[in-house]
Amino acid sequence: MPIMQGVVEQEKYLSEYSMIEIARELDMPASEVYGTATFYSFLEYKKMGKYIIRICKTITCSMKGKNQVILAIEDMLKINVGETTPDGNFSLLQTNCLGFCHKAPAMLINNEVYHDLTPEKVREILSMYLNRKKEGGSHDN
Amino acid sequence: MTTNYQLKRADFIFKNENDWEEVLSKSISRSPQELINELISSELKGRGGAGFPTGLKWKLTAEAVDDPKYVICNADEGEPGTFKDREILSMVPFKVLTAMAVCGHVIGAKEGYIYLRGEYFFLRPELNKVISEFEYYCREIQFDFTIRIFMGSGAYICGEETALFESMEGKRGEPRNKPPFPSSFGYMGKPTVINNVETLAHTYTIFTYGAKRFYDLGVQYSRGSKLFSVSGDTPKPGIYELELGMSLADFVDEFGDGDTKAVQVGGASGFLVPRKRFNETAIGFQGKLTGISLPTGGSMMLFNSSRSMFNVLDNYLEFFREESCGQCTPCRVGCQQLLMGIKAVKRGEKNAQYLDKLLRLAETMQYTAKCGLGQSVANSFSSIVENFREEMIY
Repeated sequence: MPIMQGVVEQEKYLSEYSMIEIARELDMPASEVYGTATFYSFLEYKKMGKYIIRICKTITCSMKGKNQVILAIEDMLKINVGETTPDGNFSLLQTNCLGFCHKAPAMLINNEVYHDLTPEKVREILSMYLNRKKEGGSHDN
Repeated sequence: MTTNYQLKRADFIFKNENDWEEVLSKSISRSPQELINELISSELKGRGGAGFPTGLKWKLTAEAVDDPKYVICNADEGEPGTFKDREILSMVPFKVLTAMAVCGHVIGAKEGYIYLRGEYFFLRPELNKVISEFEYYCREIQFDFTIRIFMGSGAYICGEETALFESMEGKRGEPRNKPPFPSSFGYMGKPTVINNVETLAHTYTIFTYGAKRFYDLGVQYSRGSKLFSVSGDTPKPGIYELELGMSLADFVDEFGDGDTKAVQVGGASGFLVPRKRFNETAIGFQGKLTGISLPTGGSMMLFNSSRSMFNVLDNYLEFFREESCGQCTPCRVGCQQLLMGIKAVKRGEKNAQYLDKLLRLAETMQYTAKCGLGQSVANSFSSIVENFREEMIY
Protein backbone atom coordinates (compact mmCIF):
# COMPACT_ATOMS: atom_id res chain seq x y z
CA MET A 1 0.00 0.00 0.00
CA PRO A 2 2.72 2.57 0.74
CA ILE A 3 3.87 2.04 -2.86
CA MET A 4 0.46 2.90 -4.21
CA GLN A 5 0.18 5.87 -1.86
CA GLY A 6 3.50 7.09 -3.22
CA VAL A 7 2.31 6.79 -6.80
CA VAL A 8 -0.90 8.61 -5.98
CA GLU A 9 1.05 11.39 -4.30
CA GLN A 10 3.15 11.87 -7.42
CA GLU A 11 0.64 11.33 -10.17
CA LYS A 12 -2.66 11.84 -8.31
CA TYR A 13 -4.02 8.55 -9.53
CA LEU A 14 -3.08 4.95 -10.32
CA SER A 15 -3.08 4.36 -14.05
CA GLU A 16 -3.51 0.92 -15.52
CA TYR A 17 0.13 1.09 -16.47
CA SER A 18 1.35 1.83 -12.95
CA MET A 19 -0.83 -0.89 -11.45
CA ILE A 20 0.60 -3.46 -13.86
CA GLU A 21 4.12 -2.24 -13.08
CA ILE A 22 3.54 -2.52 -9.33
CA ALA A 23 2.22 -6.04 -9.79
CA ARG A 24 5.22 -7.04 -11.89
CA GLU A 25 7.71 -5.63 -9.38
CA LEU A 26 5.99 -7.38 -6.47
CA ASP A 27 5.46 -10.55 -8.47
CA MET A 28 1.72 -10.76 -7.89
CA PRO A 29 -1.37 -10.74 -10.13
CA ALA A 30 -2.33 -7.30 -11.44
CA SER A 31 -5.93 -8.03 -10.49
CA GLU A 32 -4.90 -8.13 -6.85
CA VAL A 33 -3.32 -4.70 -7.11
CA TYR A 34 -6.44 -3.43 -8.83
CA GLY A 35 -8.60 -5.00 -6.13
CA THR A 36 -6.70 -3.26 -3.37
CA ALA A 37 -6.58 0.07 -5.20
CA THR A 38 -10.30 0.19 -5.85
CA PHE A 39 -11.07 -0.63 -2.23
CA TYR A 40 -9.66 2.61 -0.85
CA SER A 41 -11.37 5.87 -1.65
CA PHE A 42 -8.11 7.82 -1.49
CA LEU A 43 -6.43 5.63 -4.08
CA GLU A 44 -7.88 6.97 -7.29
CA TYR A 45 -7.78 4.87 -10.41
CA LYS A 46 -9.17 7.47 -12.76
CA LYS A 47 -7.28 10.50 -13.96
CA MET A 48 -7.61 13.29 -11.41
CA GLY A 49 -6.91 17.01 -11.37
CA LYS A 50 -3.85 18.57 -9.81
CA TYR A 51 -5.95 19.69 -6.85
CA ILE A 52 -8.48 17.21 -5.57
CA ILE A 53 -11.27 18.85 -3.60
CA ARG A 54 -13.07 16.46 -1.28
CA ILE A 55 -16.13 17.74 0.51
CA CYS A 56 -17.41 15.98 3.58
CA LYS A 57 -20.96 14.86 2.95
CA THR A 58 -21.66 13.14 6.24
CA ILE A 59 -24.50 14.24 8.46
CA THR A 60 -23.21 17.23 10.39
CA CYS A 61 -21.64 18.82 7.35
CA SER A 62 -24.79 18.38 5.30
CA MET A 63 -26.84 19.89 8.11
CA LYS A 64 -24.58 22.90 8.21
CA GLY A 65 -24.88 23.86 4.59
CA LYS A 66 -22.62 21.59 2.58
CA ASN A 67 -24.86 21.88 -0.45
CA GLN A 68 -24.50 25.63 -0.72
CA VAL A 69 -20.75 25.20 -0.56
CA ILE A 70 -20.84 22.63 -3.34
CA LEU A 71 -23.03 24.89 -5.47
CA ALA A 72 -20.55 27.71 -5.00
CA ILE A 73 -17.66 25.51 -6.10
CA GLU A 74 -19.56 24.06 -9.04
CA ASP A 75 -20.48 27.53 -10.13
CA MET A 76 -16.94 28.78 -9.87
CA LEU A 77 -15.13 25.89 -11.54
CA LYS A 78 -17.97 25.05 -13.96
CA ILE A 79 -17.86 21.35 -13.11
CA ASN A 80 -20.18 18.99 -11.30
CA VAL A 81 -19.35 16.68 -8.43
CA GLY A 82 -17.25 13.81 -9.75
CA GLU A 83 -15.77 15.81 -12.62
CA THR A 84 -12.42 17.36 -13.40
CA THR A 85 -11.90 20.76 -14.99
CA PRO A 86 -10.86 20.57 -18.67
CA ASP A 87 -7.44 22.06 -17.86
CA GLY A 88 -6.85 19.19 -15.45
CA ASN A 89 -6.35 21.38 -12.41
CA PHE A 90 -9.30 20.67 -10.16
CA SER A 91 -11.38 17.62 -9.36
CA LEU A 92 -14.44 17.86 -7.18
CA LEU A 93 -15.46 14.87 -5.07
CA GLN A 94 -17.56 14.11 -2.04
CA THR A 95 -16.21 11.97 0.74
CA ASN A 96 -17.30 10.52 4.05
CA CYS A 97 -16.71 12.05 7.46
CA LEU A 98 -13.45 13.97 7.72
CA GLY A 99 -13.65 14.31 11.49
CA PHE A 100 -14.34 18.03 11.59
CA CYS A 101 -17.98 17.83 12.62
CA HIS A 102 -17.52 20.52 15.26
CA LYS A 103 -16.23 22.87 12.58
CA ALA A 104 -18.62 21.85 9.83
CA PRO A 105 -18.77 21.99 6.91
CA ALA A 106 -15.28 20.89 6.01
CA MET A 107 -13.31 19.98 2.91
CA LEU A 108 -9.89 18.72 1.95
CA ILE A 109 -7.92 20.13 -0.96
CA ASN A 110 -5.25 17.50 -1.47
CA ASN A 111 -4.04 17.18 2.12
CA GLU A 112 -5.03 20.63 3.37
CA VAL A 113 -8.10 20.90 5.58
CA TYR A 114 -10.51 23.83 5.38
CA HIS A 115 -13.37 24.04 7.82
CA ASP A 116 -16.25 26.32 8.89
CA LEU A 117 -16.95 26.86 5.21
CA THR A 118 -19.43 29.29 3.74
CA PRO A 119 -20.00 29.96 0.04
CA GLU A 120 -18.06 33.24 0.40
CA LYS A 121 -15.18 31.59 2.19
CA VAL A 122 -14.91 28.79 -0.30
CA ARG A 123 -14.79 31.28 -3.18
CA GLU A 124 -11.88 33.03 -1.46
CA ILE A 125 -10.01 29.77 -0.94
CA LEU A 126 -10.52 28.70 -4.50
CA SER A 127 -9.37 32.02 -5.94
CA MET A 128 -6.23 31.60 -3.87
CA TYR A 129 -5.64 28.25 -5.55
CA LEU A 130 -6.47 29.68 -8.96
CA ASN A 131 -3.91 32.44 -8.47
CA ARG A 132 -1.32 30.06 -7.15
CA LYS A 133 -1.86 27.92 -10.21
CA LYS A 134 -1.21 30.89 -12.49
CA GLU A 135 2.01 31.75 -10.67
CA GLY A 136 3.05 28.12 -10.62
CA GLY A 137 2.35 27.93 -14.33
CA SER A 138 4.65 30.85 -15.10
CA HIS A 139 7.46 29.20 -13.13
CA ASP A 140 7.12 26.04 -15.13
CA ASN A 141 7.58 27.93 -18.38
CA MET B 1 -37.98 12.32 36.96
CA THR B 2 -34.80 13.39 38.65
CA THR B 3 -31.45 12.04 37.66
CA ASN B 4 -28.81 10.69 39.94
CA TYR B 5 -25.76 11.77 38.09
CA GLN B 6 -24.79 15.27 37.33
CA LEU B 7 -22.51 16.09 34.47
CA LYS B 8 -19.02 15.82 35.84
CA ARG B 9 -16.17 17.29 33.97
CA ALA B 10 -12.78 15.70 34.21
CA ASP B 11 -9.46 16.93 32.98
CA PHE B 12 -6.85 14.23 32.57
CA ILE B 13 -6.28 13.62 28.90
CA PHE B 14 -5.09 17.03 27.78
CA LYS B 15 -3.09 17.80 30.89
CA ASN B 16 0.46 17.13 32.06
CA GLU B 17 2.26 15.67 29.16
CA ASN B 18 5.68 16.94 30.14
CA ASP B 19 6.44 14.22 32.65
CA TRP B 20 6.36 11.50 30.00
CA GLU B 21 10.05 10.67 30.39
CA GLU B 22 9.56 10.04 34.08
CA VAL B 23 6.37 8.04 33.55
CA LEU B 24 8.06 5.91 30.93
CA SER B 25 11.15 5.06 32.95
CA LYS B 26 9.13 4.51 36.10
CA SER B 27 6.65 2.22 34.33
CA ILE B 28 9.19 0.06 32.57
CA SER B 29 11.01 -0.56 35.83
CA ARG B 30 7.85 -2.25 37.12
CA SER B 31 7.05 -5.84 36.28
CA PRO B 32 4.57 -6.56 33.47
CA GLN B 33 2.36 -8.47 35.88
CA GLU B 34 2.12 -5.50 38.19
CA LEU B 35 1.17 -3.17 35.34
CA ILE B 36 -1.47 -5.56 34.05
CA ASN B 37 -3.00 -5.85 37.51
CA GLU B 38 -3.06 -2.10 37.76
CA LEU B 39 -4.94 -1.84 34.47
CA ILE B 40 -7.38 -4.59 35.35
CA SER B 41 -8.22 -3.02 38.69
CA SER B 42 -8.84 0.32 37.00
CA GLU B 43 -11.55 -1.35 34.88
CA LEU B 44 -10.52 0.67 31.86
CA LYS B 45 -12.48 -0.40 28.82
CA GLY B 46 -11.59 0.23 25.21
CA ARG B 47 -12.57 3.73 24.18
CA GLY B 48 -13.07 3.04 20.50
CA GLY B 49 -16.64 1.98 21.06
CA ALA B 50 -16.55 -1.76 21.62
CA GLY B 51 -15.52 -1.51 25.25
CA PHE B 52 -13.28 -4.55 25.66
CA PRO B 53 -11.38 -4.46 28.99
CA THR B 54 -7.92 -3.14 28.18
CA GLY B 55 -6.12 -4.93 30.99
CA LEU B 56 -7.45 -8.27 29.82
CA LYS B 57 -6.38 -7.54 26.26
CA TRP B 58 -2.81 -6.83 27.36
CA LYS B 59 -2.82 -9.86 29.62
CA LEU B 60 -3.92 -12.26 26.86
CA THR B 61 -1.32 -10.91 24.48
CA ALA B 62 1.39 -11.05 27.13
CA GLU B 63 0.57 -14.70 27.72
CA ALA B 64 0.66 -15.62 24.02
CA VAL B 65 3.86 -17.47 23.15
CA ASP B 66 5.00 -16.26 19.78
CA ASP B 67 7.53 -13.84 18.45
CA PRO B 68 7.59 -11.03 17.42
CA LYS B 69 4.63 -9.23 18.95
CA TYR B 70 3.24 -5.85 17.93
CA VAL B 71 1.57 -2.84 19.49
CA ILE B 72 -0.77 -0.94 17.24
CA CYS B 73 -2.44 2.36 17.92
CA ASN B 74 -5.72 2.61 16.03
CA ALA B 75 -6.00 6.17 14.73
CA ASP B 76 -8.37 5.34 11.89
CA GLU B 77 -11.04 7.52 13.37
CA GLY B 78 -13.81 7.27 10.81
CA GLU B 79 -17.05 7.24 12.76
CA PRO B 80 -19.16 10.21 11.73
CA GLY B 81 -19.10 12.73 14.53
CA THR B 82 -15.85 11.74 16.20
CA PHE B 83 -12.74 13.85 16.18
CA LYS B 84 -11.20 13.26 19.60
CA ASP B 85 -8.31 11.08 18.40
CA ARG B 86 -6.96 13.76 16.12
CA GLU B 87 -7.02 16.20 18.99
CA ILE B 88 -5.14 13.79 21.27
CA LEU B 89 -2.49 13.09 18.65
CA SER B 90 -1.94 16.75 17.94
CA MET B 91 -2.02 17.98 21.55
CA VAL B 92 -0.56 15.20 23.70
CA PRO B 93 1.22 12.81 21.32
CA PHE B 94 3.86 11.84 23.89
CA LYS B 95 1.22 10.28 26.09
CA VAL B 96 0.17 7.94 23.30
CA LEU B 97 3.76 7.04 22.40
CA THR B 98 4.65 6.42 26.05
CA ALA B 99 1.62 4.20 26.51
CA MET B 100 2.58 2.23 23.42
CA ALA B 101 6.10 1.72 24.73
CA VAL B 102 4.82 0.62 28.14
CA CYS B 103 2.51 -1.79 26.39
CA GLY B 104 5.52 -3.08 24.44
CA HIS B 105 7.28 -3.65 27.75
CA VAL B 106 4.27 -5.50 29.16
CA ILE B 107 3.65 -7.85 26.25
CA GLY B 108 7.23 -8.13 25.02
CA ALA B 109 6.93 -6.22 21.73
CA LYS B 110 9.68 -4.17 20.15
CA GLU B 111 7.69 -2.57 17.36
CA GLY B 112 4.74 -0.25 17.44
CA TYR B 113 2.64 1.18 14.64
CA ILE B 114 0.23 4.04 14.45
CA TYR B 115 -2.42 3.45 11.82
CA LEU B 116 -3.35 6.98 10.85
CA ARG B 117 -6.33 7.59 8.63
CA GLY B 118 -5.67 9.10 5.22
CA GLU B 119 -7.78 12.15 6.03
CA TYR B 120 -5.30 13.10 8.78
CA PHE B 121 -2.29 13.18 6.50
CA PHE B 122 -1.49 16.70 7.69
CA LEU B 123 -0.71 15.37 11.18
CA ARG B 124 2.08 13.20 9.89
CA PRO B 125 5.09 15.57 9.70
CA GLU B 126 4.57 16.81 13.25
CA LEU B 127 3.98 13.29 14.54
CA ASN B 128 7.14 12.02 12.89
CA LYS B 129 9.13 14.73 14.68
CA VAL B 130 7.64 13.72 18.01
CA ILE B 131 8.39 10.06 17.32
CA SER B 132 12.05 10.68 16.59
CA GLU B 133 12.42 12.66 19.81
CA PHE B 134 10.70 9.84 21.64
CA GLU B 135 12.88 7.15 20.12
CA TYR B 136 15.96 9.19 20.96
CA TYR B 137 15.00 9.10 24.61
CA CYS B 138 14.28 5.36 24.42
CA ARG B 139 17.80 4.77 23.13
CA GLU B 140 19.18 6.92 25.92
CA ILE B 141 17.60 4.78 28.61
CA GLN B 142 18.43 1.69 26.53
CA PHE B 143 14.87 0.68 26.01
CA ASP B 144 14.39 -1.01 22.67
CA PHE B 145 11.18 0.20 21.03
CA THR B 146 10.44 1.72 17.64
CA ILE B 147 7.29 3.35 16.33
CA ARG B 148 6.26 3.77 12.71
CA ILE B 149 3.32 5.53 11.14
CA PHE B 150 1.20 3.64 8.67
CA MET B 151 -1.13 5.74 6.54
CA GLY B 152 -4.64 4.59 5.76
CA SER B 153 -6.34 5.59 2.55
CA GLY B 154 -9.87 6.56 3.33
CA ALA B 155 -11.78 3.43 4.31
CA TYR B 156 -14.10 3.47 7.32
CA ILE B 157 -14.01 -0.29 7.70
CA CYS B 158 -10.25 -0.26 8.39
CA GLY B 159 -11.01 0.97 11.90
CA GLU B 160 -12.26 -2.58 12.55
CA GLU B 161 -9.18 -4.21 14.04
CA THR B 162 -8.79 -7.22 11.78
CA ALA B 163 -9.57 -5.16 8.66
CA LEU B 164 -6.85 -2.81 9.84
CA PHE B 165 -4.33 -5.67 9.93
CA GLU B 166 -5.33 -6.71 6.42
CA SER B 167 -4.87 -3.16 5.28
CA MET B 168 -1.43 -2.92 6.91
CA GLU B 169 -0.45 -6.12 5.16
CA GLY B 170 -1.26 -4.38 1.89
CA LYS B 171 -4.55 -6.04 1.10
CA ARG B 172 -8.14 -4.95 0.79
CA GLY B 173 -9.33 -3.94 4.22
CA GLU B 174 -11.79 -6.74 4.76
CA PRO B 175 -12.44 -8.02 8.27
CA ARG B 176 -11.28 -11.50 9.18
CA ASN B 177 -13.24 -14.14 10.98
CA LYS B 178 -12.94 -14.04 14.73
CA PRO B 179 -11.67 -16.04 16.52
CA PRO B 180 -8.68 -16.12 16.31
CA PHE B 181 -8.47 -12.81 18.10
CA PRO B 182 -5.65 -10.28 17.66
CA SER B 183 -4.16 -11.32 21.01
CA SER B 184 -3.00 -14.53 19.35
CA PHE B 185 -3.28 -13.86 15.62
CA GLY B 186 -3.00 -10.18 14.71
CA TYR B 187 -0.76 -8.21 12.42
CA MET B 188 1.25 -10.63 10.24
CA GLY B 189 -0.43 -13.44 12.16
CA LYS B 190 1.46 -12.50 15.32
CA PRO B 191 0.08 -11.61 18.77
CA THR B 192 -0.91 -7.97 18.68
CA VAL B 193 -2.35 -5.43 21.05
CA ILE B 194 -4.46 -2.94 19.19
CA ASN B 195 -5.84 -0.02 21.13
CA ASN B 196 -7.67 3.16 20.32
CA VAL B 197 -5.73 6.42 20.69
CA GLU B 198 -7.86 7.50 23.61
CA THR B 199 -7.52 4.16 25.40
CA LEU B 200 -3.75 4.51 25.28
CA ALA B 201 -3.98 8.05 26.60
CA HIS B 202 -6.05 6.75 29.52
CA THR B 203 -3.50 4.07 30.37
CA TYR B 204 -1.01 6.91 30.69
CA THR B 205 -3.26 8.52 33.27
CA ILE B 206 -3.48 5.22 35.13
CA PHE B 207 0.27 4.68 35.13
CA THR B 208 0.79 8.23 36.34
CA TYR B 209 -1.81 8.49 39.09
CA GLY B 210 -2.59 4.85 39.80
CA ALA B 211 -5.69 2.79 39.13
CA LYS B 212 -7.62 4.08 42.15
CA ARG B 213 -7.80 7.61 40.83
CA PHE B 214 -9.29 6.39 37.56
CA TYR B 215 -11.62 3.89 39.18
CA ASP B 216 -13.13 6.58 41.38
CA LEU B 217 -14.52 8.33 38.33
CA GLY B 218 -17.70 7.19 36.67
CA VAL B 219 -20.19 4.57 37.83
CA GLN B 220 -20.32 0.82 38.16
CA TYR B 221 -19.38 -0.99 34.92
CA SER B 222 -18.38 2.33 33.39
CA ARG B 223 -15.31 3.58 35.17
CA GLY B 224 -13.28 6.59 34.37
CA SER B 225 -13.74 9.56 32.12
CA LYS B 226 -14.14 9.77 28.41
CA LEU B 227 -13.77 12.31 25.68
CA PHE B 228 -16.97 13.31 23.93
CA SER B 229 -17.06 14.82 20.51
CA VAL B 230 -20.07 17.10 20.50
CA SER B 231 -21.46 18.34 17.20
CA GLY B 232 -24.67 19.12 15.38
CA ASP B 233 -27.24 21.61 16.63
CA THR B 234 -25.39 22.84 19.67
CA PRO B 235 -24.12 26.27 20.61
CA LYS B 236 -20.81 24.83 21.77
CA PRO B 237 -19.48 22.05 19.57
CA GLY B 238 -16.12 20.62 20.49
CA ILE B 239 -14.40 18.05 22.65
CA TYR B 240 -15.21 17.57 26.30
CA GLU B 241 -13.89 15.13 28.85
CA LEU B 242 -16.71 13.91 31.05
CA GLU B 243 -17.16 11.18 33.62
CA LEU B 244 -19.07 8.19 32.35
CA GLY B 245 -22.52 7.39 33.62
CA MET B 246 -24.24 10.74 33.19
CA SER B 247 -27.80 10.81 32.00
CA LEU B 248 -28.56 12.06 28.56
CA ALA B 249 -30.99 14.60 29.99
CA ASP B 250 -28.15 16.30 31.85
CA PHE B 251 -26.03 16.18 28.76
CA VAL B 252 -28.70 17.86 26.66
CA ASP B 253 -29.24 20.50 29.35
CA GLU B 254 -25.61 21.40 29.04
CA PHE B 255 -25.05 21.13 25.31
CA GLY B 256 -28.45 21.39 23.67
CA ASP B 257 -29.78 24.52 22.02
CA GLY B 258 -33.05 24.33 23.96
CA ASP B 259 -34.87 22.63 21.14
CA THR B 260 -33.14 19.28 20.96
CA LYS B 261 -35.34 16.67 19.37
CA ALA B 262 -32.98 13.71 19.43
CA VAL B 263 -29.37 12.77 20.08
CA GLN B 264 -27.36 10.29 18.07
CA VAL B 265 -25.08 8.53 20.53
CA GLY B 266 -22.07 6.72 19.11
CA GLY B 267 -22.05 8.00 15.55
CA ALA B 268 -23.77 6.46 12.56
CA SER B 269 -23.34 2.99 14.03
CA GLY B 270 -24.82 4.05 17.36
CA PHE B 271 -28.33 4.71 18.58
CA LEU B 272 -30.66 7.61 18.16
CA VAL B 273 -32.40 8.63 21.37
CA PRO B 274 -35.57 10.72 21.06
CA ARG B 275 -36.43 13.46 23.52
CA LYS B 276 -38.94 11.40 25.50
CA ARG B 277 -36.21 8.97 26.53
CA PHE B 278 -33.45 11.39 27.51
CA ASN B 279 -34.18 10.86 31.19
CA GLU B 280 -33.89 7.10 31.26
CA THR B 281 -30.78 6.89 29.13
CA ALA B 282 -27.34 6.90 30.64
CA ILE B 283 -24.06 7.12 28.79
CA GLY B 284 -21.68 4.31 29.56
CA PHE B 285 -21.05 0.70 28.81
CA GLN B 286 -23.75 -1.95 28.96
CA GLY B 287 -24.45 -2.98 32.48
CA LYS B 288 -27.28 -3.75 34.78
CA LEU B 289 -28.03 -0.15 35.53
CA THR B 290 -31.58 1.03 35.70
CA GLY B 291 -32.85 2.21 32.38
CA ILE B 292 -30.81 2.02 29.26
CA SER B 293 -27.10 2.42 29.13
CA LEU B 294 -25.54 3.18 25.79
CA PRO B 295 -21.95 2.54 24.89
CA THR B 296 -20.24 5.11 22.75
CA GLY B 297 -17.09 5.87 20.90
CA GLY B 298 -17.64 9.42 22.05
CA SER B 299 -19.66 10.81 19.20
CA MET B 300 -22.64 12.88 20.28
CA MET B 301 -24.67 14.51 17.54
CA LEU B 302 -27.57 16.71 18.52
CA PHE B 303 -30.53 17.38 16.26
CA ASN B 304 -33.08 20.09 16.87
CA SER B 305 -36.66 20.06 15.67
CA SER B 306 -35.88 21.67 12.34
CA ARG B 307 -34.13 18.51 11.17
CA SER B 308 -35.84 15.80 9.21
CA MET B 309 -35.00 12.39 10.57
CA PHE B 310 -35.55 10.96 7.13
CA ASN B 311 -32.65 12.98 5.80
CA VAL B 312 -30.52 11.88 8.72
CA LEU B 313 -31.23 8.22 8.12
CA ASP B 314 -30.81 8.65 4.38
CA ASN B 315 -27.39 10.15 5.03
CA TYR B 316 -26.33 7.31 7.35
CA LEU B 317 -27.45 4.60 4.97
CA GLU B 318 -25.69 6.30 2.10
CA PHE B 319 -22.59 6.27 4.29
CA PHE B 320 -22.91 2.58 5.16
CA ARG B 321 -23.67 1.58 1.61
CA GLU B 322 -20.44 3.21 0.48
CA GLU B 323 -18.29 2.02 3.35
CA SER B 324 -19.52 -1.57 3.43
CA CYS B 325 -16.52 -3.59 2.30
CA GLY B 326 -18.73 -5.88 0.24
CA GLN B 327 -17.34 -9.08 1.65
CA CYS B 328 -20.45 -10.55 3.24
CA THR B 329 -23.88 -10.50 1.67
CA PRO B 330 -26.09 -9.30 4.55
CA CYS B 331 -24.18 -6.05 4.77
CA ARG B 332 -23.44 -5.49 1.07
CA VAL B 333 -26.97 -6.08 -0.15
CA GLY B 334 -28.70 -5.12 3.08
CA CYS B 335 -27.41 -1.55 3.13
CA GLN B 336 -28.51 -0.99 -0.45
CA GLN B 337 -31.94 -2.46 0.13
CA LEU B 338 -32.54 -0.43 3.28
CA LEU B 339 -31.64 2.74 1.45
CA MET B 340 -33.79 1.93 -1.57
CA GLY B 341 -36.58 0.81 0.74
CA ILE B 342 -36.90 4.00 2.75
CA LYS B 343 -36.75 6.05 -0.43
CA ALA B 344 -39.54 3.99 -1.97
CA VAL B 345 -41.68 4.46 1.13
CA LYS B 346 -41.01 8.18 1.07
CA ARG B 347 -42.04 8.43 -2.58
CA GLY B 348 -45.19 6.50 -1.80
CA GLU B 349 -44.33 3.54 -3.99
CA LYS B 350 -44.44 1.21 -1.02
CA ASN B 351 -46.90 1.37 1.84
CA ALA B 352 -46.03 2.03 5.44
CA GLN B 353 -46.04 -1.65 6.36
CA TYR B 354 -43.00 -2.05 4.18
CA LEU B 355 -41.04 -0.36 6.96
CA ASP B 356 -41.70 -3.39 9.15
CA LYS B 357 -40.15 -5.59 6.50
CA LEU B 358 -37.12 -3.33 6.44
CA LEU B 359 -36.88 -3.53 10.22
CA ARG B 360 -36.79 -7.30 9.96
CA LEU B 361 -34.07 -7.04 7.34
CA ALA B 362 -32.07 -4.80 9.68
CA GLU B 363 -32.51 -7.37 12.43
CA THR B 364 -31.26 -10.12 10.13
CA MET B 365 -28.20 -8.04 9.33
CA GLN B 366 -27.54 -7.66 13.02
CA TYR B 367 -27.39 -11.41 13.45
CA THR B 368 -25.69 -12.46 10.26
CA ALA B 369 -23.19 -9.78 9.25
CA LYS B 370 -19.60 -10.70 9.80
CA CYS B 371 -18.23 -7.60 11.50
CA GLY B 372 -19.30 -4.68 13.60
CA LEU B 373 -20.16 -2.47 10.65
CA GLY B 374 -22.91 -4.66 9.23
CA GLN B 375 -24.22 -5.55 12.67
CA SER B 376 -24.50 -1.98 13.80
CA VAL B 377 -26.40 -0.65 10.80
CA ALA B 378 -29.49 -1.97 12.54
CA ASN B 379 -28.77 0.19 15.61
CA SER B 380 -29.34 3.50 13.94
CA PHE B 381 -31.87 2.19 11.44
CA SER B 382 -34.20 0.62 13.98
CA SER B 383 -33.89 3.40 16.52
CA ILE B 384 -34.73 6.06 13.94
CA VAL B 385 -37.52 4.18 12.17
CA GLU B 386 -39.19 3.10 15.40
CA ASN B 387 -39.10 6.51 17.00
CA PHE B 388 -39.80 8.69 14.00
CA ARG B 389 -42.01 6.51 11.88
CA GLU B 390 -44.22 9.33 10.65
CA GLU B 391 -41.25 11.23 9.34
CA MET B 392 -40.24 8.22 7.29
CA ILE B 393 -43.62 7.99 5.61
CA TYR B 394 -44.66 11.59 4.99
